Amino acid sequence: METPLKFDINLLELSGVAKRFGGLSVLSDISLHIRRGEIYGLIGPNGAGKTTLFNILTGLYQADNGRFTFNNTEYSGRCKPHVLAQAGIARTFQNIRLFANMTALENVMVGRHLRTSSGIWGALTRNAKARVEEYEIVQHAHTLLNYVGIDRPHQTLAKNLSYGEQRRLEIARALATDPQLLALDEPAAGMNATETENLKELLLSIRTRGITVLLIEHDVKFILGLCDRVAVLDYGKKIAEGVPEQIRCDPAVITAYLGTEPIIPTQAGIQS
Amino acid sequence: MLRNVLKHLLSMNRRSAWLAFVVLAIVLLILPFFTDELFGRGWVRIINFTLLYIMLALGLNIVVGYAGLLDLGYIAFFAVGAYCYALLSSPQLGLHLPFWIVLPLGALLACVFGLLLGAPTLRLRGDYLAIVTLGFGEIIRIFLNNLNTPINITNGPQGISMIDPIRFGEFSLGNTHELFGLTFPSVHLHYYLFLFFTLLVIFISLRLEDSRIGRAWMAIREDEVAAKAMGINTRNIKLLAFAMGATFGGLAGGLFAGFQGFVSPESFGLTESITVLCMVVLGGMGNISGVLLGSMLLVVLPEALRHGSGPAQQLLFGKTLIDPESLRMLLFGLALITVMLWRPAGLWPSNQRRRELVAENDAAQR
Repeated sequence: METPLKFDINLLELSGVAKRFGGLSVLSDISLHIRRGEIYGLIGPNGAGKTTLFNILTGLYQADNGRFTFNNTEYSGRCKPHVLAQAGIARTFQNIRLFANMTALENVMVGRHLRTSSGIWGALTRNAKARVEEYEIVQHAHTLLNYVGIDRPHQTLAKNLSYGEQRRLEIARALATDPQLLALDEPAAGMNATETENLKELLLSIRTRGITVLLIEHDVKFILGLCDRVAVLDYGKKIAEGVPEQIRCDPAVITAYLGTEPIIPTQAGIQS
Repeated sequence: MLRNVLKHLLSMNRRSAWLAFVVLAIVLLILPFFTDELFGRGWVRIINFTLLYIMLALGLNIVVGYAGLLDLGYIAFFAVGAYCYALLSSPQLGLHLPFWIVLPLGALLACVFGLLLGAPTLRLRGDYLAIVTLGFGEIIRIFLNNLNTPINITNGPQGISMIDPIRFGEFSLGNTHELFGLTFPSVHLHYYLFLFFTLLVIFISLRLEDSRIGRAWMAIREDEVAAKAMGINTRNIKLLAFAMGATFGGLAGGLFAGFQGFVSPESFGLTESITVLCMVVLGGMGNISGVLLGSMLLVVLPEALRHGSGPAQQLLFGKTLIDPESLRMLLFGLALITVMLWRPAGLWPSNQRRRELVAENDAAQR
């Protein structure tokens, strides 16, 4: 059993976040907070706005309204992805976006980019600082690849890895940026039962490293079994939030997923 | 078979690597004399142009091969470097600044132009970027063509002639010199200068390729969105690629002006941009050895066809059926198409192959 972590400090706070694409309101008035050290799940039917919310958190989209605070710093308004990555938010993508023609090792090495600093001069002269830095990047990358369980030679091109390995490589790449919040967009999609179980263990282990995890998932069973707290989105609105037990019994959630009981018009003739 | 040869080459020990290095150095040093003796002086000139094209192709390789930004107006930076040299070191404006000021200045100016082109095109990718860069290349050429009125700056389509030769103090590369008991004609001297700069450019490319910056370029080439999400400041890194590529182009341009003694807008047309792009793509995008091979082939092949296709026809048919001059471009085009069909990734694709070999060795050791 891992030691219970302190869940009392808010790492990320959203209040009143809204996003529309033209006339279509994708997110409206989303408010939620994620506490440091927890595994927070985000579920909802297709088109509920989960990925849009993710893109706002990682700077790929800008929210139209609302406040977005991470680690006590406000990032509302225009904010570039690399600034948010620097602040400590790392992500993976729903449809895997690895650097396909680079090796597994290089993919993770790219993740170290923002925690290292050597530039053109360092590259040309290969001075002591640049060499030490490069050595540390390589070591760190090997460690992370082993940590997520890629046993293949680390020089294998990313595109030649198996599907499950690619998913884990994406996590390793995100971990290389030393994040405080790791945001995973459907990490278990397309995985079999064993792979999902391994992923679950990996995420729990990541949490013990002090990294907060934010998950989007379709697999409700997976998310309810893993997360400390869960928010449910439907048509761009937050319809429920709470611990998994609450979510499971929430009538609004059941309605969103299963629909309401149909009202069948009774016909007097048959009834009799 | 080939794989075994490659494996053998990879496992070469240090001593044989040194031996290969020394042999290569000697070959490069005696190349102009050897060529002069065997094929005539014209071919030494062709070798010099090959070196200029290698510099250009390596510069474009940074932009296209590493960062994946399709640039169809690259020759504009070559023009900027060449005209910078021509204007500041010729009777045109009456300025005769020394070579060691003008050449870096040309490279720097090209670098600035690289940033000027890069800044407005940061949001563009692929085809759209290609169109804008194409336009940029044409703008530069048309400017050079028309800047003779109302004030004559570039001398318009006539171009600038009587450019000062490259000169180190009293030692002018424009004249024949006697050194160490050998006669060094002007072309030979230029060869050694160009060789020096080519090696410098190769060195810089190699170092950049295997560095934090190089990885960031490749990440942008592979997936720009993911690169952004990994915390790469794509704006700065892309501008850096444009600036580095343009600097190499400007450097080659300055050397070209000093060597040729004459520049005109005609040398900087779209065909030139495309030729340099062909060198990069044909050789193998993103691979330095491939780009070297591509540049050499694309300069030497048309020349060889020009000189060789006449005699070859005589030999085969007993008379010259088609004018070698018109035949050579036809054969050249055919060669390009064949290579692209046969090896779509280029003649010498980037080190993917080598990596796979290393990976196999790793697996074997486990």
